[in-house]
Amino acid sequence: MIVHQLYAAGAVPARTQMGASLGFHIIYACFGIAFPTAVLYAHWRGLRRADAAALLLARRWSKVMAVIFAVGAVSGTVLSYELGLLWPGLMGRFGAAYGVPFSVEGIWFFVEAIFTSIYLYGWRRMSPWWHWWAGTPMVLSGVLGAWSVVAANSWMNQPSGFTLRDGRVASVDPWAVIFNRASAYEVPHMVLAAYMVTGFTVAGVYAVGLLRGRWDRYHRLGFLIPFVMGAVCAPAQVVVGDVAARAIAEQQPVKFAAMELVPQTGTHVTEWLGGIWVNGEVAFGIGVPYLDSILVGFSPDTEVVGWNSVPPDLRPPLPSMLHVAFDVMVAVGMALLALGAWLGWHWRFRRALPRTRWFLVPAAVAGIAAVLAMECGWIVTEVGRQPWTVYGVLLTRDAVTPAAGVPVTLAVVLVVYFVLTGVTIGLPWLMSLRWRKERPGGPGESRGPGGPGGPDGRQRPAPGGHEPSAPEAPW
Amino acid sequence: MVSPSPEAVATAVVLFAAMAAYAVFAGADFGGGIWDLLAGGAERGAEPRAAVDASVTPVWEGNQVWIVYGFVIVWTGFPAAFAAVMTALFAPLCLSLLGLFFRGIGFSFRHEAERPAMKRLSGALFAASSLVTPFFLGTVIGAVADGGVPVRPTGNVLAAWTSPVALVTGFLFVAACAYIGAVYLVGDCDRRGEPDMVRYFSRRAVVSGLVTGVIAAVNLALMRTSTPYVFHRLFGPALPLVVLSVAAGAAALVLVLARRTVLLRVTAALAVVSVIGAWGWAQYPWLLPGVLDLRTGSAPRAALLAELVVAALAVLLVVPSFSYLYWLQQHSRLQESPPSEGLRQAVEAQQRAETPAPAAPRPAGRGERFAAGAVLAAAAVRLAVETLTRRRARAGGPRARRTSAPPRTRPPGNGE
Ligand code: HDD
Ligand code: HEM
Ligand code: HEM
Repeated sequence: MIVHQLYAAGAVPARTQMGASLGFHIIYACFGIAFPTAVLYAHWRGLRRADAAALLLARRWSKVMAVIFAVGAVSGTVLSYELGLLWPGLMGRFGAAYGVPFSVEGIWFFVEAIFTSIYLYGWRRMSPWWHWWAGTPMVLSGVLGAWSVVAANSWMNQPSGFTLRDGRVASVDPWAVIFNRASAYEVPHMVLAAYMVTGFTVAGVYAVGLLRGRWDRYHRLGFLIPFVMGAVCAPAQVVVGDVAARAIAEQQPVKFAAMELVPQTGTHVTEWLGGIWVNGEVAFGIGVPYLDSILVGFSPDTEVVGWNSVPPDLRPPLPSMLHVAFDVMVAVGMALLALGAWLGWHWRFRRALPRTRWFLVPAAVAGIAAVLAMECGWIVTEVGRQPWTVYGVLLTRDAVTPAAGVPVTLAVVLVVYFVLTGVTIGLPWLMSLRWRKERPGGPGESRGPGGPGGPDGRQRPAPGGHEPSAPEAPW
Repeated sequence: MVSPSPEAVATAVVLFAAMAAYAVFAGADFGGGIWDLLAGGAERGAEPRAAVDASVTPVWEGNQVWIVYGFVIVWTGFPAAFAAVMTALFAPLCLSLLGLFFRGIGFSFRHEAERPAMKRLSGALFAASSLVTPFFLGTVIGAVADGGVPVRPTGNVLAAWTSPVALVTGFLFVAACAYIGAVYLVGDCDRRGEPDMVRYFSRRAVVSGLVTGVIAAVNLALMRTSTPYVFHRLFGPALPLVVLSVAAGAAALVLVLARRTVLLRVTAALAVVSVIGAWGWAQYPWLLPGVLDLRTGSAPRAALLAELVVAALAVLLVVPSFSYLYWLQQHSRLQESPPSEGLRQAVEAQQRAETPAPAAPRPAGRGERFAAGAVLAAAAVRLAVETLTRRRARAGGPRARRTSAPPRTRPPGNGE
């Protein structure tokens, strides 16, 4: 049944490969967008207030950022290949319009990659504040890069800014392509998601430390800085998500019907919390009468379009998956909002971090939850758009490559990403083990990583004794 | 023939500029990887590997963006050609991608891996893929120049990239990368004051330069029969560029021996850039020789103009940034930072100074437990009520209530 539904929309190996690659890349992209902000904030605090703990955090985070950035860059390069390799029907026909935001993105990638290198390898060799400023373009280019690429995606949802003649793009309005209707909510929603994912994930690492009793300043700061970054975004995210949902109801009603399990167009529509679609009805869901209509149009009399309004082959596959993904995203959004509010409340009255496990355990898994919410959001967006690649204009089966061999590349992609996920989680973990050993008096004190001098000469201490010996002035 | 629009020509020029930048900058990084691969055992190869590493580390990621930018220009500016190439040359493109991927991964993990076995594995990954990627990218370019790509391919075209010209172009790319990499390493080692390494890479620059020249000559000979159009234009309008390339290549060989490192880089880069320019000019006005030209294969005017605006922005933003990056690198301001012993001690001191905190988080208080219990209980009751009403509705009510009943009567828990 499920397999049949999937195949009905065609192009399954290619879509799976595209989805897997994007779903992988996007996690790293989130860190590319938002991590520089956290690093630079810690760095600023360290410089400004001569706060050694903050400075140490900034330096270590920047090392983690280097690894994440590299994986983000190569997986992004994979994506730009895949757009052509897997979807020549999309690129060949609509490249002239669809490519415009990607071209703008190219600039921001350059800027981001260049200044990330400068920042990463510039510690101690540039004057401290100059070095800090050299990091700021990363923040800007991260957000602008996300904007351009998400604008491309939202163009697929709400194509505009081109005219067709004989099925070919005859003229293009680049401005209207970039500022399509869906970009107004997709872009802010994605940028906020990136800040939440990064903030809660990094904070989660230190929450584990706090839970294990490492209640020192280093761990508290390491928790607070990213956590606050994520928590500040949470309320805004819920608002933008709500706006997005209403816009979808208007612009892509069939997608919305699948998200909300609405088969029949009508008023006074029930909102289902949870639940899946089996045998023509909702099972396991909690129905709230009228709420769906109210959410869409602030009144129970609002009409909501159902998926029966289009023939079966134009409906998205797997409405149950879309609905559950949507609900998971919303639930996580609410939960993270509550968690942030808890910290805010506690801070307001006690000026301290809550010490209870009831706070710290959820805080430790908040990052995973945020990633889950983000992946669910993308599943809603992308699978909900099916069977269209460009909504209402190009069907997925006309976009896919005729080349054989996609199942092979799909298998390679899955294996490689699987291994890579393990490595990118394992590596920061190994780094943190090493850092823990590096405590003064600990076993790692007299050696840098890789042994004295380093086998490859890279670890040689800076010429001219840049490494200070006195603990008072380490920066 | 009607000549193509100026925007289309300008976009093509931008595309070739991006390709030239990729060849010169990322090509040198690939070359570094190739010399890493050929550096021999762990003992013997340690010094050249360290030199390669110091030169490539801070810049490779920025250099890699050129290929992405190139892709974007092709798919926006010349979408039909892009779709045809990506379909017909699916296989070599996938292989070059695999190379790019493992190269980046191997490179960044090599720095963080601790155990020698892991270090060696990721180093080998980096080095081997430095060979794979230029080779397959070369076959792609060779296949295009050779006219092997049809306008509307219905799948992989194996013959396109396994033609003699395509394969020889693959080898040519590998040799050219090795050459430009060695030339850059000569300069870098000279600046860092490592005379042994300067000699080491000078020898390799000369050898790889000569090999590159020979392969290029072979390729030309092959093109004479297989791609007469391109061949004749190479010896026609594009001849000045060909001559420039040969002259610069020859001059570079002399400059290597004379140790004039700054001038050496410029001439070597000139040799590579002019050969790319010569190819472009020789293929003009064809995107896919013989089947798709600039006039019919270009995007609408506004899209091309957008490309040119973006290119102008890139010149404004990216060129200064890159210059700054390379300036810092050339002045040894960019290196991996050594472990920050002093900083750690400062943190320890800071923490000793502050009042000690309780070692473990407080267990949950009664109030919190109560609140959580209440929430869970409420949810359980809700679920039970829900299940019961549904069961009752199904036993009594009509099966079709979900699909045809008016919405008003549908919601369970609403006194159905
Ligand atoms: C941390 C992640 C996160 C959180 C907490 C939320 N979202 Fe979200 N959502 C995303 C991350 C995300 C996303 C992955 O970033 C998506 C995919 C496409 C996009 O633009 O953002 C998305 C898409 C997305 C869409 C579909 C847009 C489309 O199809 O074009 C809707 C309707 C919502 N969201 C609504 C919400 C609501 C009502 C939320 C809150 C309560 C919410 N989201 C929380
Ligand atoms: C970054 C997070 C994203 C994720 C997780 C994601 C996920 C997916 C998934 C799951 C599919 C397969 C659809 C299906 O099976 O029904 C898909 C298809 C696709 N996505 Fe996305 N997507 C993301 C963002 C983007 C962006 C930013 C773009 C382009 C700008 C994009 C372009 C495409 C294309 C071209 C396809 C294939 C055509 C199609 O199936 O409709 N995606 N994506
Ligand atoms: C919503 C989806 C996406 C977002 C928010 C996003 C964002 C980013 C960001 C911030 C980076 C910087 C590198 C990093 O820090 O990891 C990056 C890298 C990259 N992305 Fe994505 N991306 C998305 C989807 C895509 C898609 C669909 C493509 C395909 C064309 C793509 C292509 C690339 C490339 C080529 C890079 C490497 C650039 C470099 O070398 O620095 N991305 N992406």
